[in-house]
Formats: sequence, C-alpha cells, structure tokens
Amino acid sequence: MTSNPSNGNKGEVLLEMRDLRIEGQSDEQWHEIVCGVDLTLRRGEVLGLIGESGAGKSTIGIAGMGFTRPGCRISGGTITFDGIELTSAPEETKRALRGARIAYVAQSAAASFNPAHKLIQQFAEAPVQHGVLNSSEASKNAIDLYRRLQLPDPETIGSRYPHQVSGGQLQRAMVAMAMACKPDLIVFDEPTTALDVTTQIEVLAAIKDVVHQFNTAAIYITHDLAVVAQLADRIMVLRYGNLIEEGETRAMLAEPKEDYTSQLLAVRSYQRDEMPPTQEDPPLLEVRGVSAGYGPLIKVLDDVSVKIERKRTVAVVGESGSGKSTLARAITGLLPPYEGSVLFKGQPLPPSYKNRTKDQLRQVQMIYQMPDVALNPKQKVRDVIGRPLGFYLGMDEAARERRMRDLLEMIELPADFADRLPGELSGGQKQRICIARALAAEPELIICDEVTSALDQLVAEEILKLLQRLQDELEVSYLFITHDLATVRAISDQIVVMLRGRVVQQGGKTQVLTPPHHEYTDLLLSSVPEMDPDWLDELLDKRAS
Amino acid sequence: MKDFVKLLRSSPWSARFGMAVIVFYVVIATFAPIISPYGETDIVGSEFEPWGEGFFLGTDNLGRDMFTRLVYGARNTIGIAFVTTCLAFLIGGFFGLMAATLGGWVDQALSRIVDVFMALPPLIFALLLLTILGTSIPILIVVIAVLDSTRVYRLARAVAMNIAVMDFVEVARLRGEGLMWIIRREVLPNSMPPLVAEFGLRFCFVFLFISALSFLGLGIQPPTADWGSMVRDNATLITYGDITPLLPAGAIALLTVGVNFVVDWFLHKTAGLRDDQ
Amino acid sequence: MDKILKMIAQRLALGAVTLFIVSLIIFLAVQLLPGDLAEAILGQAATPETVAAFRRELQLDLPAYERYLNWLFGILQGDLGRSLANQREISELIGGRLLNTLFLAALAAAIAVPLAVTLGVLAALYRNSFYDRTVNMVTLTTISFPEFFVAYILILVLAVNMSVFPSISNVSSDLGFWERAYRSILPALTLTLVVVAHMMRMTRAAIINLLASPYIEMANLKGIKRSRIITHHALPNALSPIINVIVINLAYLVVGVVIVEVVFVYPGLGQLMVDSVSKRDIPVVQACSLIFAATYVLLNLTADILSILSNPRLLHPR
Repeated sequence: MTSNPSNGNKGEVLLEMRDLRIEGQSDEQWHEIVCGVDLTLRRGEVLGLIGESGAGKSTIGIAGMGFTRPGCRISGGTITFDGIELTSAPEETKRALRGARIAYVAQSAAASFNPAHKLIQQFAEAPVQHGVLNSSEASKNAIDLYRRLQLPDPETIGSRYPHQVSGGQLQRAMVAMAMACKPDLIVFDEPTTALDVTTQIEVLAAIKDVVHQFNTAAIYITHDLAVVAQLADRIMVLRYGNLIEEGETRAMLAEPKEDYTSQLLAVRSYQRDEMPPTQEDPPLLEVRGVSAGYGPLIKVLDDVSVKIERKRTVAVVGESGSGKSTLARAITGLLPPYEGSVLFKGQPLPPSYKNRTKDQLRQVQMIYQMPDVALNPKQKVRDVIGRPLGFYLGMDEAARERRMRDLLEMIELPADFADRLPGELSGGQKQRICIARALAAEPELIICDEVTSALDQLVAEEILKLLQRLQDELEVSYLFITHDLATVRAISDQIVVMLRGRVVQQGGKTQVLTPPHHEYTDLLLSSVPEMDPDWLDELLDKRAS
Repeated sequence: MKDFVKLLRSSPWSARFGMAVIVFYVVIATFAPIISPYGETDIVGSEFEPWGEGFFLGTDNLGRDMFTRLVYGARNTIGIAFVTTCLAFLIGGFFGLMAATLGGWVDQALSRIVDVFMALPPLIFALLLLTILGTSIPILIVVIAVLDSTRVYRLARAVAMNIAVMDFVEVARLRGEGLMWIIRREVLPNSMPPLVAEFGLRFCFVFLFISALSFLGLGIQPPTADWGSMVRDNATLITYGDITPLLPAGAIALLTVGVNFVVDWFLHKTAGLRDDQ
Repeated sequence: MDKILKMIAQRLALGAVTLFIVSLIIFLAVQLLPGDLAEAILGQAATPETVAAFRRELQLDLPAYERYLNWLFGILQGDLGRSLANQREISELIGGRLLNTLFLAALAAAIAVPLAVTLGVLAALYRNSFYDRTVNMVTLTTISFPEFFVAYILILVLAVNMSVFPSISNVSSDLGFWERAYRSILPALTLTLVVVAHMMRMTRAAIINLLASPYIEMANLKGIKRSRIITHHALPNALSPIINVIVINLAYLVVGVVIVEVVFVYPGLGQLMVDSVSKRDIPVVQACSLIFAATYVLLNLTADILSILSNPRLLHPR
C-alpha cells in the first residue's frame, strides 16, 4: 500500500497546490480564508510557511494532507500529492496516505497525545495499522528514533503515558511518532511555539536532524521568521490568506522584495539606549527580600529583591516557572508574601491589596498578557476608561468625557472608539485600551505582565513603541515581565534575570547583555533565534565543543 | 427591537413553536375569568359528563366544568411554578455569585452545605418536609424554591467561577472595588446567557415537580384548579378509554416542550456567539 | 496507586459523613414544627389515645439527641420502629416492597442503559445528521413530559386499546421471574422512556465534547480508520463520562419510581411512602426517606469512584 519513501529523486515535485481556495464558516456564512494560493514542494525540501494570525498558514498546511478542520471547506483549486489529486480523492485513499506518507506534528503535544495510551503504543499505531511494520519492528524503530532525538532513557520512555513526560520531551516524542512510517512529507504546525526558548533549541535541533537524516520533505508553519530561517530551504510569506512573497531562505533574508517581509525581518531590531540609574533614595518601589508561594510547601519566590526608579524600566526575564509573574502578584498584593516587604517611596505597602488605601492602589497599575480577558466584554470603552477616572479621581461626567478623549488620543485611537465594545476591537486595539485604563489612574508605576506575547509581532512592536513614548511624556516607571529577550533589549534600563524563583543576575541593560554573562543568562541569551540561517548550526557546534 | 425581529426571523421552527406556545399559555392564564364559561370551583353538572354541548370537554369527578378547570389550572399551576422559580433564582443566584466572587472560606462553607442538600433526592426531601409542614401554597413554594435553589447555586457558582478568574475582575479587585460592584458590574453581565437558559430549564423542572406532587395529592390542594391534581382526580376514566385525564397532563407537557424548545435554541445561539468572538 | 487508594478512601469517608448528615437532617426535620409535635401532626381532633400512642412511638419525652441516637442505633440493627397508622414493624412493611422497587428499577435500567448509550453514541457520531436532529427533538419532547403523562398514554394504548399488558402491576413474591417481569413491564417502560431521553442527551454531549479533542484530530491525521478511532481513542476516554451519566441516571431512576408506582398501583417503596405522607405517618416516611436517600448517595458515590478509576491520568501518576 505504501511505497518506500526514500526512493524517488530529489528535485521531483512531491506536493503541488494550484489556486487553492478554502472557506471558513462564521456566523452561518462562508468567508474565504485562503484566497488562491500556489505552492510547490519538492522531495527532501523544507518549506517554511510564515505569517501572523489569520494568515491561513495552518489551514494550508493541513490541506496538504487533504484535511480541513470542522467549519472549513476547500472551495476551489487542486492539491496534488505525488500524482494523487487530494481534493477529489476518496476518503479511503487519503486515509491511506495520512500517517504513512504524510505525517503531522501539532503545536501542543500535551493535547495531541491520547492520555489513555502509552507513548510507544501511539508510536506503533500508524505503522501497524498501515501495514508498514509489525509491532515488534515498530517498537525497535521507536527506540532508535527516541535515541536519535536524544530523549532520556530511550529504551523505557515509550512505556510512559503522555502526562508523565515533560513538554519538550513530549514534543520530540511527537516528532518521533511522525517519523514512524518514514513519511515523504511532514507538516510541522508551530511545533515550538508553546515552548521556552531553551527547550525550543532542543526540539529545533531534533527536527532539523531527522528531516535531513531521512531526506524528508517538510512544511514548517510558524509566525517566527528567525525560527523558520534555521530549517527552511524556501520560505512563503502569507497574509490574510494571500501569498505575499516566496523565495529561497538566504535570498529572502538578505533582500526581501516586499515591504511586509521587510517589516517582519526588522521586527526584533527596535532598541533604545539605556538610561543611567537616577540613584534616588528612596527608590519609587523597592522589593526587599520577598519570599512567596502558594500554600506553605510551594515556594515560588525565594528572597527576591528588586528596585525600580522613577521614569525607568526594569525588565524581569525568565522562563515558565521562574516566578516572574508571581513577583508581580506579590507587588500588587494579590499574593501576600510570607517574608520580606514591598516599599513604595520608602513606605511599606500592606502585604494584601485588601488592606491598601485607594491611593496606594491607584499608584501601581497593571497591564495584562491577554487583552481579550483583561477587558469586560460587556463594558464599552467609555466605561472601561471612565471608571478609574470617577473612582480614583472623583471626576464628574463631563470631566471624565474630556479626559477620556485625551487618553484615547494618547494611545492613538479615534474618539468614536468610546462607544465600542471590546468584541469590536482588534487585539492590538484592546491592549491600547488596557494601557489607557492603567493611565487613567495616573499611576507612578505600571506593571506590564507579558503585554506583547499574545500579539502578532508587528502589533507588539507598535505597543512597545507606544509604551516608550508614554514613558517619555508622562514620566511613569515600568516593571516589564517577559520571557522574550527581544522585548527586554528593546525597552529596558535595568534587567533582572530569574530562574526557579531566584534572581540569578541583575544590573543595567548593557552590563547584563554584554559578556561575560552569568551562566544561565548566557544560556538564555544564546537560545534566542537570530535571523541567520547558520545560527542554529553554529550554536550547536559551539555548545558541543 | 430591530435586532430582536432579526433574531426571530433566524429562529428555527421549533423555537417559533415554543414561543407561540408560551405566549398562548400566558394569554390563557391572564384572561382566565373571561375565557372560561363557569367559575373555578362551581359544580355545574353531574359527575363525568361526556364532551358536548354545555360542557365543551365534559365534567370532572365532582361535576365541575373540565374546560373551566383547565383554563384556571393554567393560571394556578404556571403562576406558582413561576413564583417558585424566581424565588429559587434569587436565593441560589445571589449566593452562587457571591461564593464565586469571594472565594475562600465563604465559598467552602456554602458549597459544603449545598453538597449535603444535593445529596438528598429532591422529591423525597420535599415529601418529607411537606409531611411535617403541611401542604399550604406558601409552604409549597418556599420548600421547593429552597430545594431548587441548591441547583441554581451550583450553576451560578460554576459560571461565575469562570468569570471571577478573568483578568478584568482582577483589575476591578485591584482597583479597590467592593463586592457588590464586582458582582453587579463585572460578573453578573457576563453570566447572563447561561443563567437565562437555566431559568427556562429550572422553570420546567419546578413546573413538572409541582405537578408531580399535586398528582400524588401532596401539592396544590383542592378546590384550587391545578393540572396535576386534575389528572389524579379523573384518572379512572383512562381505563374506559376516555382521554379526558390526558388533557391536563398534555397541557403540562406542551408548555414544558415549548419552553425547552426555546431554551435549546437560545443555548445553541449563545454558544455560537461565543465561538465568533 | 497510593494516590488512587487515598482518593477513594477520601470519597468513601465523605460518603459516610454525607449519609450521617442526611440521617441527621431526616430526623431533625421533624423538629422544625413549632409547638407540640403530637398536636401539630395529629390535629385538634385527635383522640387522647392516638396522641399518647404518637408520643410513645416518637419517644417525645426524651431529649432530641437521645431520641436521634436511639433511632440511629435502631436502624443500624435493622429496627426501623413502628408505623403510627397500623402499629406494624416498619422493617416488615418495607422488606418486600423494597425488593419490588429494586426489581422495577433494575428492569428499567436493563432496558434503558444499553439503549440510551447506543443511541447517544450514534447521535454524537452522526452529529447534525437527520437522525441526530430527529433524536434531539424527540428526546427534548420526552424529557418535557411528566412521568404520569407517559404512563397514562402507555396504559391507554397498550392496556386499554390493545390489551397486551395489564394496567395494574399486581406483583407478589410468589411469582416467577417472567410473570413478574410481564406484570411490571408498563411501569418499567414508562421509567425507561423518561430516563433514556436524559441519559442519551448526556451521552451525546459527552462524546461530542470528546471528539473535539486534539488527539482525535491527531488520530485522523495519522490515517487511523474511523472504527478504530472510536474504539481505541474515543472509548477509553469516554468511559469516565459515560459511567458518570449512567450512574447519575440510575439515581434518578430509583427516585423516579415513586410516581410510576402510584400510577400502576405497584406495591413498592414509593407507593408506601406516598401513602404514609398522606397519613402523616412520620416514622414510616422517615424510614423510606432514609432508604431512598441512602441509595441515591451510594449511587453518586459509585459514580465518583468509577470515574476516578477510569481516568488514565490518575491511574498512571507521574
């Protein structure tokens, strides 16, 4: 039923899409979400599909398997895989291809593995069901691949259940599963997006290794140009379901033809100079020896001390589980610390927000990661911004209206947005409203918790620039909590690096970012992908030596 | 208003049917004295007279006009069920939203109490309480409302829990807003769709529950016209192949079907809206 | 495994506590009455003898906690007290009737469970098909019917018009299984119709929820056959929600018998309870309440424990 995948010549066309159109259903109406895209993939070639949310990249990727998600349909064009026309092929034909000759790697391995079966059972399922291998051959194969992908204990890890394995390992186990039948083509759908940067490296290296080793063709879908640059031979840039630009990776990185591509390339380059410490005493906010956690046993913060000065930005950087968000909760009083104190202008703040005065609450405001859930969907922009004006500053209706218009102007949104509900705004616009809400309280410190990580990169950069301009105008201080070193580089004066609840290094931006680094800072810094196709190889060489 | 008309146009036949049924019942209940030919408790003929002239649907076991009793039954049965459901929602809804918003020991204490009440089968518990307290209409309403409020509490708490953990509620807390403001302005508006749907479902449940109690002779007491007891009183006719006792039972069924159809559509609609956002 | 045993032990302890509180509530409910209990219950017209019998039976001269303890220990030894109405031992009154009720519930469950689960799974698999939409409308209609409506329709059609089944379920202990089942078939069918609709809708919802999981999409993208996706990927994870649905509906069924027994004059516990409520025979009502409540609590407890046992994340801890 399946041919030996490593036959066929390199250079022969494997997958071809012509004028592909896909429609998605919303509100009982069909809208085109992929608008006539052409795609050609040759054997052994890695093609990167890149674009922001709504670009249709994932939809195109799985259409390459002859599959559409519920609520989507192929409305036109052709998809030809190795001579088989997938748009008109019977379900049985497509089923025989999937898993055997075309495999899929999903974004979330934790959700995509069946919780009821062991890893190795799920590995063996496709080859056994497609009649490629018997189950003992499949097990042997699995162990080889697990070893190749540098999973710990390759002989026994397969007998574990998905929830017994860590995120990065699970993602590699899924790559192994995709390789089980030695397919001709693998579709990688944002396989590293949910991972920390240091884990991302391991998975990227694993993918690169197996794809080259077995000469497998791949479609690699991501929003991150720097990631795809490490793997892809060729890149297609997509936007709103249309192809913007296509070209060889190196050529495109060196000389993009379209403006949009150039913008994507420039995305991590925004940076401002460090401002010197003010040396003020007391500082605006001081976190002194704070330890905090959930319950008596789970200590998330361990003796953390941080100072924030007026009109300066302190970036707290760390991976998931580093305790950086807990630090924000300790400062705002949502999670009273069990040791240490938080001082505002030298005066200790009550540990719980419930005991703080209105004025103490006003002076520290917060902006959140997900603008979608940070705004009440039932309140108009007018009410969202108006409430702190009335609540803290006691403004009457006319004064509130005037001030709200000023604030909307500050965040570069038109005045008629006052009558909109959050559902009628884009992600970036929502985040701007959140900024305006924080500013309405006239705070001296704003805590920004991953404020750009849920946004598309171009939008995120606009937000960073806006925050910078507001700081220059309003002399407000920021505490920036982020996992993204590009953001840190862009906006901070001081950097605090956290690992497992402790501060491992802190200091001025230039000092922290210039070698010699602390060991962990170095690992973190070196793991951030760069727009250089050789970056991953060089890094792996360097780490190996 | 325009939106409402548009919404109605997009509704499936089942929901339209349900709405028509509800409107029909409300009209009957409102204008009961005008529609019915006799008084609610008047004995106007001999027992079990057949359908025909004078008595459109015959007479019941005491010689009262069946049609008149049916019309007044709409008023009594629906009215009592509606009042009971409202009371259950006031109690359960308030405590549920409060428990979710406050969290901590208040939530723990309330939830444990509700758990115990929910461990008792409602019909059995109601029978027990009615044995002891007797079966007057106010007692009936209070007993059923309190029993049912535990179910409302569960749902209101679950829905509000999902909202209370949202960042916008945290923003309000950190701003220093009071409990009532947070419940009224942040939590409640976002809990409405499931609560409205639940109101429909709870109404059906209460309505069936009261009818069942009346059918057992332990709910609404004679001589008040009520559908459940009408079935019981005239049940013997069934064995002669007379469908008269099925009329009040059918009247109960029809209204519940109508409400359920509307709720089903509403749930579908609001679930769909959520997907779009 | 330790964690599971611990969780199950916790649930069992919780169940015991719940049962204890339930018994307390059932006992204390009687104390809610203001004034003299005997007169309040029996009314002004009661003869002095009945009042005296009532006081003696409920031991009203003892303090409440002592009465509760006596009552509770009596129950634990199988002594449920005496009926106020006819002075008979309650355990004697209840014994045979409880068996009848359990027989009826079991008969209904034997028809309803396989039927509901099959129909529910099919509706989920062929979601939005004509079959699914029809089934949705039909079940929505059936759950809207009061039990007695269904019961009388069945009587009208199957007993009066077609005369295939008896309209009154005259069962007694000396009947053979088939005769007994034949006489109980109408009440069992009524219960089945009512409970199948609920159970089916819940099963359908649980399966649809499950089929939307990413691992089902993954199985599709691995080219696994549809039948195998259902048996190997959906079912092992569906077990927990389906068991839950079944047991919750069994609990509903045990309580639902009350009305059906009254319609069909079926000599079960429900009918006894309703009779005793109208006679205000408090000790009997308390005893019946306790049995129904205990069954209900135990079934819910079973659902809890079975769903722990069928959860792979708990079965194979880190």
